[in-house]
Amino acid sequence: MTVSAHELLATPDRASRERRERVFTLWMLLALTIAIIALLALLFDVLKVGIPRLNAAFVTDFPSRVPERSGAYPAILGSLWVIGVCAAFAIPVGMGAAIYLEEYAKPSRLNRFIEINIANLAGIPSVIYGLLGLAVFVRFLGFGRTVLAGGLTLGLLVLPVITIAGREAIRAVPPSIKEAALAVGATEWQAISRQVLPAALPGFMTGVILAISRALGETAPLITMGALTFVTFVPNHVLDRFTVLPIQIYNWTSRPQEAFQETAAAGIVVLLIVLLTMNALAIWLRNRYQRRW
Amino acid sequence: MFLRFAAAITVLTTLAIGLTLLGETVGFFREVSPGAFFGSTEWSPTFADPSFGVWPLVNGTLLVAGIGIVFAVPLGLLVAIYLSEYARPRVRRILKPFLEILAGIPTVVLGFFALHFVTQVVLKPIFPDIKTFNALSAGLVVGLMIVPMIASLSEDAMRAVPASLREGAYGLGASKRTVALRIVLPAAISGVVSAIVLGLARAIGETMIVAIAGGNQPTMTFNPLHGIQTMTAFIVQVSLGDTQYGSIAYRTIFAVATTLFVMTFALNVVAHKIARRFREAYE
Repeated sequence: MTVSAHELLATPDRASRERRERVFTLWMLLALTIAIIALLALLFDVLKVGIPRLNAAFVTDFPSRVPERSGAYPAILGSLWVIGVCAAFAIPVGMGAAIYLEEYAKPSRLNRFIEINIANLAGIPSVIYGLLGLAVFVRFLGFGRTVLAGGLTLGLLVLPVITIAGREAIRAVPPSIKEAALAVGATEWQAISRQVLPAALPGFMTGVILAISRALGETAPLITMGALTFVTFVPNHVLDRFTVLPIQIYNWTSRPQEAFQETAAAGIVVLLIVLLTMNALAIWLRNRYQRRW
Repeated sequence: MFLRFAAAITVLTTLAIGLTLLGETVGFFREVSPGAFFGSTEWSPTFADPSFGVWPLVNGTLLVAGIGIVFAVPLGLLVAIYLSEYARPRVRRILKPFLEILAGIPTVVLGFFALHFVTQVVLKPIFPDIKTFNALSAGLVVGLMIVPMIASLSEDAMRAVPASLREGAYGLGASKRTVALRIVLPAAISGVVSAIVLGLARAIGETMIVAIAGGNQPTMTFNPLHGIQTMTAFIVQVSLGDTQYGSIAYRTIFAVATTLFVMTFALNVVAHKIARRFREAYE
């Protein structure tokens, strides 16, 4: 890349040069302002419409044909069930894959392929993961359109995120820690499990919380997998059918009556409160336990 | 042993996605000729006299993604330049979590925002004859969704440009803007272009915003004020109905999903290639 000095300095006089500086700064501030105002407008709109509709009954009632009597109880419980399955699958597997790739894998062609593969998986649209869940968990393994199939589908979706976060957390632990453990007679696994992993845990947990909060907000993969959109019962075990809060919100949003828009906004407020709390927790965890070696 | 299995699951996932899409798509093309799929501009697979021309869905997808990119690229790059070159550390510490929050908003919420606020409050007064479901509002909000991604990946690339390059330009008397636009941006161009391509892939694969606000009318229109249907919105629409396993409607969603997969996968590969091939290594 070459830029000649003449090009760099080709501005005629000081006044117009300073004017260009100011104009450019204004453009940047304008871009920032648009992004900030859009986010604030979103939050304001949702709160304005949703808050008046929000009450205790909203989180304990079942959905109904009458907007004013509709509640999100089964959707909230469905979300908790699905996220439970998703976390139980994706956290150990993601951590296992991260440990394998960072600590055991030799730089072979296969392992390089696994690495590229994980990067590509993270770029596949979530709606396609839903079709994968439909074909593999619902049909092939015969789980049906249940909590189990939904949780595993979301688990596969967030697996690359968790694996990448796990790898970065492990890589941030200096090798001298592990070498010291090995030097005093620890086995490879003892050094990893008692020294490296505890040191990597805060970074890993930050990634896990962000991944789980992403799974909690996902709608499309569960729709294509075949989750219900209108349920009047609560799932009791992993082989029950279910809906989740984002699908319930989508269902309310797509009704023509204005009153259902308020119900949707109330659902969004509940969802955002949970997600923003989780995000804040992740940021706090990162700042609190971030260690510089 | 468990660890190797865990790493293998990621490969199995890729294989399973490939086999699933391929299997059902082959089944689809046994019943519908590729000529009917790629050679027609009429998409009505659920009609009694069905037509399977996929172009209206591709058209809708590209229209929305195009609007999104046109909106997100200047916004994302200006934010990235500001964060990397101009913002003081304190301002950065406030703005970064802000972008992370924007990135963490579920797409179903963004869809509600597009339909309920952007169309009704922002666009209606400007374009009185805009349809309730339209490509413009969906595209703008899809753009808003990918701004944090483009901004943060581009900022990483710009911060990786060594300070000596900036100092060299300052030494020649260049202004701050000149350094940002003529030194840092070109030096980081591989990371920036790769961020934009990844953003485009995200926009093409985005589902809920377009399913809620973009409409369900598969037409060959370029008018952003009209309703369209994207590939993803079609998949959602059919999935919501009670689709019989093995029926032609069931296979249609896989054929469309394969088209979508090929497009996003190609973009992802291109993005990674650009990031690697054109990276100027400074260390």
